[in-house]
Amino acid sequence: MKLLIKNGYVVDPVNSVNGAADIYVNGNKISEPFLDPYDKIIDASGKYVFPGLIDAHCHLRDPGFEYREDIESGTRSAAKGGFTSVACMPNTRPVCDNAAVVEYIRSKAKRTGKCNVFPIGAVSKGQAGEELAEIGLMASEGIVAVSDDGSPVSNAGLMMKAMKYASDFGLTVISHCEDMSLADGGQMNEGHVSTMLGLRGIPAAAEEVMIARDILLSSYTGLPVHIAHISTKGSVDMIREAKRKGIRVTCETCPHYFTLTEEACIGFDPMAKVNPPLRTSDDVSAIIEGLFDGTIDMIVTDHAPHHSDEKNKEFALANNGIAGFETAFGLAFTYLVREEGMPVNKLISLMSVNPSDLLKLGRGELSIGSPADISIFDVDNEYVFDRNKASSKSRNTPFDGWKLYGQTYATIVGGNVTYDKFR
Amino acid sequence: MNLKCKDLLGLRELSEEEIMLILDTAFVMKNVLVSGNKKTAHLQGKSVVTLFYENSTRTRLSFEMASKFMGASSANISTTGSSVNKGENLADTAMTIDAMATDIIVMRHPVSGAPHYISDKVGASVVNAGDGMNEHPTQALLDMMTIIENKKSLSGLKVAIVGDIYHSRVARSNIWGMAKLGADVYIAGPSTMIPVGIEMTGAKICSNVQEACEGADIIMALRLQTERQKSSLFPSIQEYSRFFGVDDKVLSLARNDVMVMHPGPCNHGVEMTTSVYESDASYINEQVTNGVAVRMAVLYLLNSRRNAL
Repeated sequence: MKLLIKNGYVVDPVNSVNGAADIYVNGNKISEPFLDPYDKIIDASGKYVFPGLIDAHCHLRDPGFEYREDIESGTRSAAKGGFTSVACMPNTRPVCDNAAVVEYIRSKAKRTGKCNVFPIGAVSKGQAGEELAEIGLMASEGIVAVSDDGSPVSNAGLMMKAMKYASDFGLTVISHCEDMSLADGGQMNEGHVSTMLGLRGIPAAAEEVMIARDILLSSYTGLPVHIAHISTKGSVDMIREAKRKGIRVTCETCPHYFTLTEEACIGFDPMAKVNPPLRTSDDVSAIIEGLFDGTIDMIVTDHAPHHSDEKNKEFALANNGIAGFETAFGLAFTYLVREEGMPVNKLISLMSVNPSDLLKLGRGELSIGSPADISIFDVDNEYVFDRNKASSKSRNTPFDGWKLYGQTYATIVGGNVTYDKFR
Repeated sequence: MNLKCKDLLGLRELSEEEIMLILDTAFVMKNVLVSGNKKTAHLQGKSVVTLFYENSTRTRLSFEMASKFMGASSANISTTGSSVNKGENLADTAMTIDAMATDIIVMRHPVSGAPHYISDKVGASVVNAGDGMNEHPTQALLDMMTIIENKKSLSGLKVAIVGDIYHSRVARSNIWGMAKLGADVYIAGPSTMIPVGIEMTGAKICSNVQEACEGADIIMALRLQTERQKSSLFPSIQEYSRFFGVDDKVLSLARNDVMVMHPGPCNHGVEMTTSVYESDASYINEQVTNGVAVRMAVLYLLNSRRNAL
């Protein structure tokens, strides 16, 4: 494919580009400028052109839960959200804890995917938190990290072994931090709203206790650890302090943790049920501060599709999770760039450059010779998010009807247009 | 005046005027109850279904009697012997009942928010007869009725609510309702059973049962809800009753004309000693009588609102 993207406003933090530029694609790579003929010319006048967005944390549900999402629908949804690469968590059925499942995901993604799919392998066999999974063999098949996301590695000894063993294969452990004895079957943030609704609460400490543990393990071993989906002020404060001391901890948060509070649960709306739970306005402010000052390294979607039968039910019985691919950039652009004044190149570092670095993807930049993964957004026109028009199989989102800025104009993966609005 | 909502889901959503409307109506209904001819025609031609996913003696029986006294056709569904055991989900069960032209569904459910969940799926009025740890509005209404019957008003009274506040929907409904009617609510119990942020409701947290009960006009002991407790919140029943139960000594700290209340069923010797339960200060049986009157009032008012539409 010979492609010209002309007249766009290019933001490419790695190359310190922030201005009008044309981008040339030859084959599956970004190319030096060249002359006609082009197979396609995209007029990106008035649009932003970014290195393709990268989601370091999502759930594609395939294999095993294809009624919620599969690799085809999930990547179509991701492409519609402007993502060119996604890393999917291993809590499938069977669990992605062996080379065969990794191979299945990669080959199905190659066949049907609308973006690059990078599997994350399980830390432990069956995500049971007891014995290490075959991390080396999975690494040979292309996993980009290990995690027991969804179920925390409660055993500190196993966590330390996982960090050490994963490092032999150049992989980082992504830690879902949740002390189950403190979470104790809770359904939402513990505080006056949970008390008011008579719902069981999950204290902030359930997350923070395990983050403290992982920071100590990282400090002791000198090995990196990446903390998944942080949601509390205490987590931000601890990670900021750890980074100041030079401890190799990185972390991520999700759009719902900087746009919603626990009050979204009033009325028992199961769409607001997510784990970790939506917290207080103080936590939201701290998350935003952490995104600005570099404490939080990246924004991920934690795209967690669920069938309506599992979601539209009594709050306590509804599944946790938000389908997030198609709202992530709009929420981030609207609430961080427009409302809080975050520079656009900072946002692209959070949504492309840093995830690429964590997972060692060699993407997140528009350098000559880089993979031609490009996202083009219209940020000037307000749009209303309509969950019924989503490409995901699932509709579980609290953002239906929200007015946002930052709608995907085109998504290009390896030189191929996988989503476009310009036709 | 009518109730604003088609359902009675909780006292948190009700205004002071609506609560007083229900209580004033309940006093009228009580006259019917004690008159010797327990029959009115207020619900003639109407149907009331009680749908209970948890055990109940008082609440269920009093709703059934209330609807019968007022001439409604009533039926009850329990979770044994219904399609619930075939795995039918709550929404389908509720819509099935609704499709039989039911006017009022009275529901108890172990999950907070369950009646809210069905309320917009059915045309019938939904009465919350207890949802998880959230609310039990008719219990609080009958508690407030019993207090007003004896004290004329709740305004300025010191109410001590003692025990397992965390798991108690009775406590929550009473805290919402009593605050609206001007009482000062004090709560006490093991710290493991005091929910985080409860002070945002206006209730004051006391460091022990004695402090809560000192000079109290009302002492309400709550049932220890062992069925809802997930993990060890106190070491033993013996220790609980020793430190958090209401005994004669605690009772002596309260005002001379204190009213002792309990939503029932009482674990004798745990939440309160039998001597307190049976003392002159105990209004526990009056609560039960008023329960029928309150439920008649609620059914009557919801039905009048339906007729007015």
